[in-house]
Amino acid sequence: MSLLLVVALPFFGALLPGVMNSAGRAACAGVTFTVSLIAFIGLLTNLPTVLAGEVVTARVEWIPALGLNFTLMLDGLGFFFAFLILGIGLLIITYGRHYLSRDDNMGEFFTYLLLFQGAMVGIVLSDNVLLLLVFWELTSLSSFLLIGYWKHLPEGRQGARMALAVTGMGGLAMIGGMLILGQIVGSYDLSVILQNRALIQADPLYVPALILILLGCFTKSAQFPFHFWLPHAMAAPTPVSAYLHSATMVKAGIFLMARMWPVLSGTPEWFVIVTTAGLITMVLGAVIALFKHDLKALLAFSTVSHLGLITMLLGTGTAFGAMAAVFHILNHATFKAALFMSAGIVDHEAHTRDIRRLGGLRRLMPVTFGIATLAALSMAGIPFLNGFLSKEMMLEEATHTMLFGSEWLVPVLATVGSLFSAAYCFRFIGHTFLGPVRDDYPHKPHDPGAGMWVPPAILVTLVVVIGVAPFLVQDFVFLVAKAVIGDVAMLEVKYIKIWHGLVPALYMSIIAVVGGLALMLIYKPLLKVWETTPRPEAKVIFEAIVEAAARMAQSIIHPLHNGSFTRYAMIGLVAMIAAGYHAWTTGTVAEPVRELQAAGAVPIAGWGMLVAATAGLVLLHRNRLLALILIGIVGLMVSIGFVYLSAPDLAMTQFTVEVVTIILLLLALNFLPNQTPVESTVLRRIRDAAVAVAGGLATFALAYHYMLREAVTTPISEFHLANSYKGGGGTNVVNVILVDFRGFDTYGEIIVLGIAALLIYALTESLLNGPVRRRLLNRVPDQPRAGDMHPMMMVVLTRVIMPVVLLVGFYIFLRGHNEPGGGFIAGLIVSIAVVMQYMASGFAWTSARLRYPYHGVIGAGVLVAGFTGIGSWFVAQPFLTSAFTYVRIPPFDKFELATAALFDLGVFLAVVGAVMLSLESFSRLARRADMPDAEFPMDIDPSRSDPPPVQTAELKEGN
Amino acid sequence: MMSIEGFFDIALIIALVALATGQILSMVRLVIGPTTGDRILALDTMVINALGLIIVLGIHQGVKVYFEVALLVAMLGFVSTVALARFLLRGDIIE
Repeated sequence: MSLLLVVALPFFGALLPGVMNSAGRAACAGVTFTVSLIAFIGLLTNLPTVLAGEVVTARVEWIPALGLNFTLMLDGLGFFFAFLILGIGLLIITYGRHYLSRDDNMGEFFTYLLLFQGAMVGIVLSDNVLLLLVFWELTSLSSFLLIGYWKHLPEGRQGARMALAVTGMGGLAMIGGMLILGQIVGSYDLSVILQNRALIQADPLYVPALILILLGCFTKSAQFPFHFWLPHAMAAPTPVSAYLHSATMVKAGIFLMARMWPVLSGTPEWFVIVTTAGLITMVLGAVIALFKHDLKALLAFSTVSHLGLITMLLGTGTAFGAMAAVFHILNHATFKAALFMSAGIVDHEAHTRDIRRLGGLRRLMPVTFGIATLAALSMAGIPFLNGFLSKEMMLEEATHTMLFGSEWLVPVLATVGSLFSAAYCFRFIGHTFLGPVRDDYPHKPHDPGAGMWVPPAILVTLVVVIGVAPFLVQDFVFLVAKAVIGDVAMLEVKYIKIWHGLVPALYMSIIAVVGGLALMLIYKPLLKVWETTPRPEAKVIFEAIVEAAARMAQSIIHPLHNGSFTRYAMIGLVAMIAAGYHAWTTGTVAEPVRELQAAGAVPIAGWGMLVAATAGLVLLHRNRLLALILIGIVGLMVSIGFVYLSAPDLAMTQFTVEVVTIILLLLALNFLPNQTPVESTVLRRIRDAAVAVAGGLATFALAYHYMLREAVTTPISEFHLANSYKGGGGTNVVNVILVDFRGFDTYGEIIVLGIAALLIYALTESLLNGPVRRRLLNRVPDQPRAGDMHPMMMVVLTRVIMPVVLLVGFYIFLRGHNEPGGGFIAGLIVSIAVVMQYMASGFAWTSARLRYPYHGVIGAGVLVAGFTGIGSWFVAQPFLTSAFTYVRIPPFDKFELATAALFDLGVFLAVVGAVMLSLESFSRLARRADMPDAEFPMDIDPSRSDPPPVQTAELKEGN
Repeated sequence: MMSIEGFFDIALIIALVALATGQILSMVRLVIGPTTGDRILALDTMVINALGLIIVLGIHQGVKVYFEVALLVAMLGFVSTVALARFLLRGDIIE
């Protein structure tokens, strides 16, 4: 199967669990499993080629100009990781199906999981570093969603945020490093970069690039000093911990170090940074793990420790070290995922993960005990289990490694790390499963169903098989190791053996295991010492840093960005005036070429009214209703001005927008007192007035200047005028610009419009579900209410007008391409027609007759416009290329059919939906408890025989 | 003797000036009030005057499209007046 398909499958498959959610949990998990399985089989079909030592590639051009192409490659290393990701993924999906409870949204979980899986497979198969970065960030994002999956848990949310902040920051650093590498080599293709070891290492920018890339790797793989996020990420559901935080995602950093190994390793900088970080992480993680009481925290720190071990092996820069690293990645993935799943089983069955409350589970959960014990012993490095083999290799490599000129530093620390590692493994077994059976478990534990224990059992079988018969996997491990090493060094080992003879590594192993047992014997006093020693708490430090950064950002931003529109307007205006002044004083000014024209009496009257209305608005703005009426006049006069200046399109738009605005503001005014209080000082008002007058004068000066002169460059309007009919098939240039020349902008705009409307809706909903709801419902109007709620005259009139208005809207929409009009105006007109019904017969009556929710209308609009754009792909044209033709159906005239009209339909729908959704949301806020839901369109209806409802209370108030 | 066109032009100009004056007077009424009801009525009158202005402008410039603008103003100007009136009477325009 093509690599593209292997990567794409999980992404496309991610749509399915959500869709299948209502079909039941089994269907949901089943479809996820199937998707993963197909991808897995697809990967396996490439196995023969990989085993033959060839590299499978796939390539699709994406943005060649940026060097960003969708190129994939599959060599031994990529195959190894992809195999782990998809293989363990299958086990995790099975496990997760049984782990999640009925209250958890399974579709959401599996959607995130598949997204993560796709991103992860993308990382390991990318042949382009930029593409790799895209997938890299995707894993950070999807892991954020997965860690925070239980949204009700604050630890989950905090852990998710911390993981995202740390790994996201590392990702940013890595982007810098990768870009430097690309600049040095002149290509962003990984296969090219990997062949330029000498060039890269000789470059003066090698060290910065190395540090930046390592920052990315260390944050992702939880290396010291960035190790702290991993334990906090354990608030995630256990399947996530087992999958992301032991087997796959945290290995992404290690993968990248392995991938980049041929070009980056071998220098003193690499050796010192990577080996030291790895060594510290290994020892630190192991020591902390020993004293954690939460099973998952223990495992988390042990993962940190093992990741340190692998990092250290990669840091040594020798072929043997790389091979040992690869082998340990495999072994760690098997036993650690099994351990996490066992911990999850214990948590699931006993309802606690606190080791202090457990013990004696051996008899109650024999199957889990068997699985967990084998896996933990492997982690401790007991012979005939796979952990032993790679740990021996690590110790062997440590004895040959000299750090900071000391021969014994690395071996001793490696032994100490192994010793603590063995100790916490023994503690995991001893304090959870051994000991007497207790009678105070939060829940009576017993072995889970097969769905939960079979996946870890499969992994443990591998642990034993590899441990007893390493020759089964040795060829594969060597193949992967060779892919890591490239042609930089030669791998001299021929076999993976269990028995090496009496070598130092064996003694170190024995010291570790015996020492680990000894530590267990003195665990109690040791724990006391640990608890009394003060330690820095990573979470507190991290939060203090985030807090400080946020405060600093606020202190910079707040003076500029304080939420007051006046402030923004002032800053913007002053900046623009300054820029204009600068241009005026430094640029060259052309001579005026046009004559001033005389103004007639009528335009002067209109202008005078506009000025008077604006001045009146400034004077009377504290009376809100009056201000609104004056705004209406300004709008009206501007519309007339547009007509006078021959822009009927603008006049129609202006006028319809004006009406909608008045309705919207009236709905809002309902919640506001009639008068605005005086809040600003006189000085402040004088300052604001000065800025406003300066802005007005500057605009006047600019307009005056330009109207007398020719434009410096040919304005684009001439192109539009010339091509509107030829290229766009419409004679209405404004509409052709909107739906054709600038169709992409319009598409963006309707999406923004839709989002704005949805936000209004969401805000209303959250208000109505919050504490404000009671106050809104019980509010008493401050003014007497007069007349009927739904007067007959108005109802009849709006019903009569409705079809007329709809017809006009339809007409204006259809002829929009050639004459003034179009989807936007038509949308506003139709919305007004519908709003009239709301006003006449009330909210309840009208919305009961609503057949399609407005969100759907917005969505349909965006989709129609989008699909119209996508349609041009099918004829190999860029997005939103429009086409038109002329049709003649006999009794009618020749008329035009343009794809732009379909696009305009999208605009129309989006506008109707957005306007109606926002108006509806506002009026929903105005619902009160004492308002009866109207059953009839009008209150008094002579054709009805029942007595009219008497609104005694309100009438009294009104009189 | 004046030609028909000349007469027509004068008639149009008179109409324009009359409508503009009406607009200004409504505006004065709008500013002095005294009640909000008067102001809304003034706004409604202004919409009707605007309608007249647009139509006369259309006749004057001989452009058909202006009549459609007038149609829109006629249909929708009514809606804003109704909305304002409802607000005055009931506070809540959609209830």
